[in-house]
Amino acid sequence: MESIRLIEVKEGILSDNERLADELRKQLAEKKTFLLNLMASPGAGKTSLILKTIDALKNDFRIAVIEADIDSIVDSEKVAETGIPAVQLRTGGFCHLDASMVKKGIDTLDLNSFDLVFIENVGNLVCPAEFDTGAVKKVMILSVPEGDDKPLKYPLMFTVCDVLIVNKIDFLELSDFDTQKLKERVIALNPKIKIIEVSCRTGQGINIWADWLRNEVSAFIGRPV
Amino acid sequence: MHELPVIKSVLDICIRHARINSANKILSIDLSVGEMSDIEPEWVQRYFDYVCKGTIAEGAKLIIERTPVLFQCDKCSHQFNIDINKIKTLKCPACGDDKCTLISGREYYISNMGVI
Repeated sequence: MESIRLIEVKEGILSDNERLADELRKQLAEKKTFLLNLMASPGAGKTSLILKTIDALKNDFRIAVIEADIDSIVDSEKVAETGIPAVQLRTGGFCHLDASMVKKGIDTLDLNSFDLVFIENVGNLVCPAEFDTGAVKKVMILSVPEGDDKPLKYPLMFTVCDVLIVNKIDFLELSDFDTQKLKERVIALNPKIKIIEVSCRTGQGINIWADWLRNEVSAFIGRPV
Repeated sequence: MHELPVIKSVLDICIRHARINSANKILSIDLSVGEMSDIEPEWVQRYFDYVCKGTIAEGAKLIIERTPVLFQCDKCSHQFNIDINKIKTLKCPACGDDKCTLISGREYYISNMGVI
């Protein structure tokens, strides 16, 4: 009878993805291309925010969008109507993007021609939070109809993001959404997060978000705008 | 959701380490999973039973240890644990400052495995 041996493994399960994400981040830094990972539930307003942001920043930066969807091209068609290049990744049932999938999208773009690339992640508050995509900044959207209790249900997403966009604030008076309570819950998880309230429909607050992003991208690429 | 690719990754890493160590069979795998990761032990074992069929890890038992959420205060560097289900506000218990950085609690980590 062979005896049981104990082997030390000491290896992170997501380490392959993290290594690939770091390589991608390095490549993007050399090319001075700012990659932004945008995450939210389905219907929170990811595509709407991207369209509004393109509108605000298209004269300052050369922009492209990587769209991830389980199986459709409607979002990339909407983006392409603005004249901005859009790469559609079909995840084929996968609930999130990882660094290798993002790299496939990035490899179809000539990075010398872009300052800012958005990733529109799969609509989901769970899995995308776990996977590093190689992005410089992570931004999430929570829309008012989803409710102010979401930080309690999906704490990791709120913990990993640099910015929280609260969208659809034009719905506030129709709902019992408590913005103050939301902020307290979010800051308890992530004191460093920046919270910006917007309505993609009315355009309210979009300038605050666009100013923040303009400063970040400008500093990253080393070109004042 | 994403359990299946994660579990496939566990299997690949374990088989690689078993080969390096000339093991014939994997009996048990010790996993450390942060309290902040949404992982259900019961499902993880079920997925593992599915992906390990026909490999040297078939029938291996996963032993999952949840590791606590650890923060460090940016101001005084004090490290402290929190209970993610009970916390209302994040404050350093030593100096009261509210700027703190997550140190651990998100990891998926294979610590050891038992082999013959």
